[in-house]
Amino acid sequence: MELIELDGLEKVFTVRRSAGRLRRTRHEVRAVDGISCTVRRGEMVGYIGPNGAGKSTTIKMLTGILTPSGGRLRVAGIDPARERTRLAGRIGVVFGQRTTLWWDLPLRDSYALVRRLYRVPEARYRANLERCVELLDLAPLLHVPVRQLSLGQRMRGDIAAALLHDPEVLYLDEPTIGLDVVSKAKVRGFLREVNAERGTTVLLTTHDLGDIEQLCDRVMVIDHGRLVHDGGLDALHAAGESERVLVVDLERPTAPIAVPGARFVRADGPRQWLAFPAAASAAPVLAAIAARYPLADLSVREPDIEQVIARLYTEGRDGGAGPSGRG
Amino acid sequence: MHAARLALVVAVGSFRRYATYRVATVAGVVTNTAFGFILAFTFTALWSERPRLGGYDLPQALAFVWIGQALLAATALMGGGAENELQGRIRSGDVAVDLYRPADLQLWWLAADLGRAAFQLLGRGVVPLAVGALAFPLALPTTPLPWLLFLTSVTLGVVVGFALRYLVVLTSFWLLDGSGVSAMSGLLGVFFSGMLLPLTLFPGAFGETVRLLPWSSMLQVPADVLLEVRQGPDAARALGFQALWALALLGAGRLLQRVAIRRVVVQGG
Repeated sequence: MELIELDGLEKVFTVRRSAGRLRRTRHEVRAVDGISCTVRRGEMVGYIGPNGAGKSTTIKMLTGILTPSGGRLRVAGIDPARERTRLAGRIGVVFGQRTTLWWDLPLRDSYALVRRLYRVPEARYRANLERCVELLDLAPLLHVPVRQLSLGQRMRGDIAAALLHDPEVLYLDEPTIGLDVVSKAKVRGFLREVNAERGTTVLLTTHDLGDIEQLCDRVMVIDHGRLVHDGGLDALHAAGESERVLVVDLERPTAPIAVPGARFVRADGPRQWLAFPAAASAAPVLAAIAARYPLADLSVREPDIEQVIARLYTEGRDGGAGPSGRG
Repeated sequence: MHAARLALVVAVGSFRRYATYRVATVAGVVTNTAFGFILAFTFTALWSERPRLGGYDLPQALAFVWIGQALLAATALMGGGAENELQGRIRSGDVAVDLYRPADLQLWWLAADLGRAAFQLLGRGVVPLAVGALAFPLALPTTPLPWLLFLTSVTLGVVVGFALRYLVVLTSFWLLDGSGVSAMSGLLGVFFSGMLLPLTLFPGAFGETVRLLPWSSMLQVPADVLLEVRQGPDAARALGFQALWALALLGAGRLLQRVAIRRVVVQGG
């Protein structure tokens, strides 16, 4: 069942800019420029793109705190901008850089407030809180004022607060920003658990591709307000024409290695880097090098998702449509 | 019913968060008490020169001073209301988070401010008034009724004060930095509430006017109710006057809030 439906969604901002001393010109910024896609119940979707691509604008429209300028949008059958309050009970939102917790009061007090705010039945509230406390290690923190929590602790506290009323969808805007490795792992583990246990649909924006690799079966890449990729991670590799890199250590510096099927990247003394398509086998390349050069050692680096995405972004910037724009 | 319960939770939480700042509370009490002494000596000099100034005798004038110090924090006359935080949230954009909650923004912050005022009336009001009463002969009532009317009047005064400051805070949706407007409104509040001098001292049309402005609800009216300058039907009229201002200003706040939210929702702030 489709839980989130976007059809030609647009958001245009009018920006006034001063031109000369008194004159001001108006011009339009198309923050979201015709996005169409659907998200099924229970999916975990990564929503990525460079800064200013339109990610947060989309999330704001999905929560109803921003009205679309065009297109159609439904979340759980509700038009978010029209019925923001009705929708609120069915979604959970975590903005990584903003907190909904009461700054000076213990975590527990903020949770009691959430219970009142969303009218969560007592038994349900207890069960949910207990589960969150267990999975997110919140027990020692419940009595600590929020201002004394570390960033990672606060983030875990915020995520729990967003889930106490059993939302069907959880939007996370950069949930792991600024977190250390251990906190990141905890947050990711928890999100996987929630998704598996309750079937909560998760839509997350991030700049941390580790989040995507470990959590999402589907990635949407947005740039300049347009969807430039929508599909699995492997499809992203194919789309980005990923390459694997062969790092070759020779016995002595030589001229750049030239063998069929591989492309010379750079050299540093006796070490050279060669790239070849991710889909191809390394064996013939290796054999060719071993036969003609004084090979000492070598290693193969797997394709880096960051580079794939960086390439997608730059292509978008050059004005060309993304290689697999399905939207 | 749901809204009332939620408001109660917000108010209690707000009360508790202000209660966590104990050192600030103690410092505030010391400041209020010190200023009480300075003003009390000034008023003693004034009233010995001009007895019955503004219709008060000296014990009433001194009581006015200490009531003023007791209410200064609770009515947030010089700023420091709960909505200060809202101002920060508007500037940083965190207000977006508040908008997706199923709660009314104005009611939320009104509840928070009432919780704050309740704490500050107890934490910062009781001690200065008690010290003043020990050090000076104050004309304070000995029967419970004027005290009850006084508390009602203070509550209404707090609501009026909040409603005014909420209007000011909403301007930051357009100005982004509302601190200039806030400073101005603080100055107006100190003068027009009677904190500087009782409003009954001002003669003629000017005096009539300042006593009709909303700020008089925050000190002049509650003080007159406690001093029993206004009692019986006149006290009822005083409370009615405050209630009218509270409703009118909250109503204006609702209208402005609607416009502000529409602006955020359509233009993204």
